[in-house]
Amino acid sequence: MTQEAMAPETADTFPRLLLWHERTRPNHPALREKDLGIWQTWTWSDLAAEVRLLAAALHQLGLAHGGHVAIIGENRPRLYAAMLASQSLGAIPVPMYQDATAAQMIYVFQDAQIEYAIVEDQEQVDKLLEVREQYPALAHIIFEEPRGLRHYDQPGLLSFDDLRLRGAELAAKSPGFFDEQVAGTASRDTAALFYTSGTTGRPKGVVQTHAALIDRARAATAFDRLGPDEDVLAYLPLAWIGQNIFSYAQALYTGYTVNCPESPATVANDMREIGPTYYFAPPRVFEGMLTQVMIRMEDAGQIKRALFGHFMEVGRRVGGRILDRKPVSRAMRLWYWLGNALVYGPLRNQLGLSRVKVAYTAGEAIGPDLFAFYRSLGVNLKQLYGSTETAVFVCMQPDGQVRADSVGPPLQGVELQIADNGEVLVRSPGLLKEYHRNRDATAQVRDADGWFHTGDAGMLEGDGHLRIIDRVVDVGRLADGTLFAPKYIENKLKFFPQIKEAVAFGDGHPSVCAFVNIDLEAVGNWAERTGLAYAGYVDLAGKPEVLDLVAGCVDKVNADLAADPVLANSQIHRFLVLHKELDPDDDELTRTRKVRRRFIARKYEALVDALYAGRESQYIETEVRFEDGRVGKVAATLALRAAKTYAPVAQVA
Amino acid sequence: MQSAAESVAAVSRTGKIGGVLLQIEHVSLTFGGVKALTDVSFDVREHEIRAIIGPNGAGKSSLLNVINGVYTPVGGTINYRGQVRERMHPHDAARTGIARTFQSLALFKGMSVLDNIMTGRTLRMRSGLLAVALHIGPAAREEIEHRKVVEQIIDFLEIQAYRRQPVGSLPYGLQKRVDLGRALALEPQLLLLDEPMAGMNLEEKQDMCRFILDVNDEFGTTIVLIEHDMGVVMDISDRVVVLDYGCKIGDGTPDEVRTNQEVINAYLGVAH
Repeated sequence: MTQEAMAPETADTFPRLLLWHERTRPNHPALREKDLGIWQTWTWSDLAAEVRLLAAALHQLGLAHGGHVAIIGENRPRLYAAMLASQSLGAIPVPMYQDATAAQMIYVFQDAQIEYAIVEDQEQVDKLLEVREQYPALAHIIFEEPRGLRHYDQPGLLSFDDLRLRGAELAAKSPGFFDEQVAGTASRDTAALFYTSGTTGRPKGVVQTHAALIDRARAATAFDRLGPDEDVLAYLPLAWIGQNIFSYAQALYTGYTVNCPESPATVANDMREIGPTYYFAPPRVFEGMLTQVMIRMEDAGQIKRALFGHFMEVGRRVGGRILDRKPVSRAMRLWYWLGNALVYGPLRNQLGLSRVKVAYTAGEAIGPDLFAFYRSLGVNLKQLYGSTETAVFVCMQPDGQVRADSVGPPLQGVELQIADNGEVLVRSPGLLKEYHRNRDATAQVRDADGWFHTGDAGMLEGDGHLRIIDRVVDVGRLADGTLFAPKYIENKLKFFPQIKEAVAFGDGHPSVCAFVNIDLEAVGNWAERTGLAYAGYVDLAGKPEVLDLVAGCVDKVNADLAADPVLANSQIHRFLVLHKELDPDDDELTRTRKVRRRFIARKYEALVDALYAGRESQYIETEVRFEDGRVGKVAATLALRAAKTYAPVAQVA
Repeated sequence: MQSAAESVAAVSRTGKIGGVLLQIEHVSLTFGGVKALTDVSFDVREHEIRAIIGPNGAGKSSLLNVINGVYTPVGGTINYRGQVRERMHPHDAARTGIARTFQSLALFKGMSVLDNIMTGRTLRMRSGLLAVALHIGPAAREEIEHRKVVEQIIDFLEIQAYRRQPVGSLPYGLQKRVDLGRALALEPQLLLLDEPMAGMNLEEKQDMCRFILDVNDEFGTTIVLIEHDMGVVMDISDRVVVLDYGCKIGDGTPDEVRTNQEVINAYLGVAH
């Protein structure tokens, strides 16, 4: 934790940071991976040794300064090593979403002109072989897990083990090779290329330099006084800069340990075993955890339910204040302590949050109740603000100044400004160098004075905290001119565990209407308990009882909105429950699961029209794409409902 | 299912199929007056996937039971790994590397996935009861070795998330997978699968197909399987035996069997 333990200024590229850790803490765990049910540790010196081999081998394959390397797979130590090895040679890793289809990947391969791909398993190899049919320049495909690939004899396919063998030869012949290569890296060089999920149009490649990523990692580490003893769990895609900066950039700067779960299905269990001390997740992950808790509480016995209900209420009142070190009466403190022993502690343990010092959420607005839930449990959950283009860290909430509706004051090194149209402008050392091969797009987001246009609408509060309302392009006006912030409404709906996704429409319309996606697990559980029989998702989503359930949620949202002076008019007038889950494979959500409102409005135009026409039901046929690329059709007749609305409680003065 | 990857696997598999591993010759089986099998002969070669198909009651399961020694044939011989027998004894079968899964699952519902697969290792455990109970020296080392094999199977079948769950609480498709895991724990040379996809949905069937192909591919295990789903059989097997009323009416590659008039008659019925 001491300042001496922090990497010096001279370690200004990721490979140099690796070498620095190899020297200063060779036996400290750098990565852990659960293999055959047991956590296996890679120390910093193990990692450095692996990177040396890989770098030599990739060099032999012809990878050179400026070349692009696709990295595709779950979080695996060897893929991390591959990123470092590429960077050591001055090449640029391009982490890609492992669940993207071949068709979605082709664009990125072409745009970045990628000739090398280092991937996890057969699934990815199959996709890349498909990519190669249309993009023959992809010469080398290296895979980690050989299972199922024994009989593949396509040219350019190489297993990780074979790659390491080649590297071992060169590394033995010229032991100084790696250090020479690392000496040739420069902090102004590109460290990685991140393709943004793109709520609008084609994905854009964001070019981030070593200097930008390391500077932001340094600022965030200092902000929360993190040290090399932190543990993080890496379970979100490496292609998302959020995961990348927490488990790669910050880990390499700070020297803390990154833990890779056994498989995506075991994350909850692995998290309990590791007990991360530093945790980062988008709101949907926290939402998922809360839904799980609520479902299990509903199945629990009377006494447990009563205990939970009572102490959660206590927590809501004082838990956040205790975390913020604000005054709380001695009696309440004692009562909270009791609650900690009986409810909060065991619950934190169950969720794997027992050891968390700091947890962050970002990427989307978080529901105030959801946010308060974790804080009342004693989890120091805070918000931050940033994007791929800003190397994440723009604003962070300091301890003791945590609020649900703001994202905190600007972090060290960041300048903020609000444009006339409400857009948030940022100047920071973490800004992108450019969009890859896209000068127009770069010029659009960064003006002559170096201000980056975030596209988010926000306001600076009196105490210097930034508050984000919505995307600038999404904030609309109802026909009568009142403000309509769709995401704000959708988030309110999504706080109910029964609602998985929501899409609100209203810009230019006389009133607000909404699509709702039920959460199959939560509603299915509810249906089971109430004895409601259903055949599957489509059937369940169409049940009148389910519609009543959703109507109840919409009702509460409207009552809430009525109390807000600005948004009272954007209460939901009519809604429907969609017959299929919104899915990234159908382009309805981005890979990071943000709703693509305009695309949905176009795709389900018939439904939107029917809502506004006041019809009672509407027939709809939708194409769905399965994971293996086949296409099917889902048809249903949806019932359209009117919601109860309330008179505004407070009028704008 | 018919992806490019699989046709690659299918093509290269034919290259490594070896000599005859199991030869059934003129085997007949009767239950009282009922003739379950009449003069059935066929062979299974090393590393191949051999399917047995036929209408209901054709004698498919009986044939499997003859191979692993549950039933005693009234005539004919079983030549397994060069050793000619009148009949196979179940414990001989298990010891010589024949494992099987069951149409109706044979798992301990109240035990965890891990423990169920561990039961498949029983035959290979050497330590005495007392040593195992006290978990001392060699017994502890032995258990670690067994556990390692079991963990590899769990990893192979991608059931890490259910390691500690009681089998009875898992969906049917997963239970089938655990049953396969239990059979694999024997490290069999010959694996008999009795309707491995019965009662599964499409996705579960696809997964199971992939596991069967992978087992065959990674471990070189020879597989004899009974299956009703013709699509599956034609996709993954190297050769197919067709039974009808206890008699063999067809034998050959999927394509040969598909065009065999007798087989078509047996399946579609014929005007007499």
